[in-house]
Amino acid sequence: MTLDEVLASLFPSGHTVERGPAGTLHGTAKVEGQDEVTVVGIIDGTPLGVDGAIRLAANVLAAVEAGRRAPIVVLVDTASQNMARRDELLGLNEYLAHLFKSLALAGMHGHRTVSVLFGHAAAGAFIATALPSQSLVALPGAEPSVMDLPSISRVTKLPLEQLKEMAKSTPIFAPGVEPLFATGAVTEIWAANEPFAPRLAALLQQPVVTSDLRDRIGLERKGRLLARKIAERVAAEAAAHAGS
Amino acid sequence: MSGLLQPHEANWYEASARERIAGLLDPKSFVEFLGPEQRAMSPHLAQFDLTGAFDDGIIVGRGRLAGQEVFVAAQEGRFLGGAFGEVHGAKLVGLLRAVRDGAGRGGPRAVLLLLDTGGVRLQEANAGELAISEIIRAILEVRSTGIPVLALVGGRAGAFGGGGIITACCSRIAVSEHARVSVSGPEVIETNKGVEEFDSKDRALVWRICGARTRYLTGGADRYVKGSIGDFREAAIALIPHAPPFELATLKAEQRRLVERLQHFGDCRDAPQIWRKAGLPEPDRIAEIADDAFLAIQRIKGADHDAR
Repeated sequence: MTLDEVLASLFPSGHTVERGPAGTLHGTAKVEGQDEVTVVGIIDGTPLGVDGAIRLAANVLAAVEAGRRAPIVVLVDTASQNMARRDELLGLNEYLAHLFKSLALAGMHGHRTVSVLFGHAAAGAFIATALPSQSLVALPGAEPSVMDLPSISRVTKLPLEQLKEMAKSTPIFAPGVEPLFATGAVTEIWAANEPFAPRLAALLQQPVVTSDLRDRIGLERKGRLLARKIAERVAAEAAAHAGS
Repeated sequence: MSGLLQPHEANWYEASARERIAGLLDPKSFVEFLGPEQRAMSPHLAQFDLTGAFDDGIIVGRGRLAGQEVFVAAQEGRFLGGAFGEVHGAKLVGLLRAVRDGAGRGGPRAVLLLLDTGGVRLQEANAGELAISEIIRAILEVRSTGIPVLALVGGRAGAFGGGGIITACCSRIAVSEHARVSVSGPEVIETNKGVEEFDSKDRALVWRICGARTRYLTGGADRYVKGSIGDFREAAIALIPHAPPFELATLKAEQRRLVERLQHFGDCRDAPQIWRKAGLPEPDRIAEIADDAFLAIQRIKGADHDAR
């Protein structure tokens, strides 16, 4: 889907979303049941670098400071993090972390945060734009990945064909919406033949989720069987030792 | 390791994760959670013909630091590059959630993360990536209760990929000369963008772009320590009382300092260009001078900050 199609389907009642520098988007939108929704985004498959990340964080922090607890929608059609000497020299890790922290802080301040993926997102860019929000929606055309299979093949020294075969039986490493849905990363998958606006309205009306339930969801969906149990076992041992 | 050295005298870079914990904390104070005897291993490695580890490459537990209760996690960089897999990541998530849930009830004074990681373990990439985001959320939840989370980085694997992002989400960061903290590894950039963009074989260049000295001088790390485990111990003790809170004011200040960094140095492609612009002495020699001379350098304005 194109950006215009996504915007029209998400916000049929109107929006002020405009393109900014470094492939970013910013504006507000009307959604049924909400006074106003803050929209930020990175589009056109732009890799997320220091310039894009700092701009997105500025807009998120401005929404938090405004104090209205407006929901924040993050539209995502990026690539991986920008792979450049300059960005690493300047401390890209701090910029991506800052964006993650800004979205997490918004959640703690009572904003409902939803990332909407309608294109690529990989590696550090996926972490900083798609995974900090309380919910992650995958639209038609969403292509999330940690690393593409050819790269995994290079690192693991396993033939691509064998990896493709293995990916059919486990969601634990394969790129794409379905495996990331199964592991709990993607909250909902929306199909092209249903209008997005009512689904977004329903999602934003859910109470702000304060705890991270993705490992429980991954367990329920049988895509990530161990994470929740291991975390609980560690926490139980820690509690048993507390104050001893 | 020499048997003659006391645990805290050993070199951080050379030490294993367990040796780092032993030398970092008060003697014999460490208690491990979900230890190797419980064999919580990755079930995903066998299909890649890889041998697992009984602790999945991370040790978590509690102990004392100068008499204060702390929780600690240490990655073993020599096992699959310290990479985050499902079990590995979940152990750290569980530790952090325990701190969060126990805050204010006699819980630990701080959490110490001994990061040594290449990032996500590709054999279980989705679980590893998700774990990183769960770890970051849990770190921020711990910080918002007022408990500091410190990153200590100086191992062979550095802190790359999501490990670099986790580092910058901690309250305070201590590094030694060997530390490299970045998102994309030099090899990854070279593979994708060509050797003209980043020659990963040029070790001096790698350290100028990703290394501890660059991070410390620009404000990407808060303490630069010499290489012994005892040096990291002293740094951790000193940093705990000065950890910034996780709140809007902190992030607004971080926004300002990161914007200023781009304004001042956004057109630089190598560290000496930054040092020259910042007026640091002998910009071309900063990478090669001894630690004592390096520590005598006045950091770039704003590098000493509470904005993290």
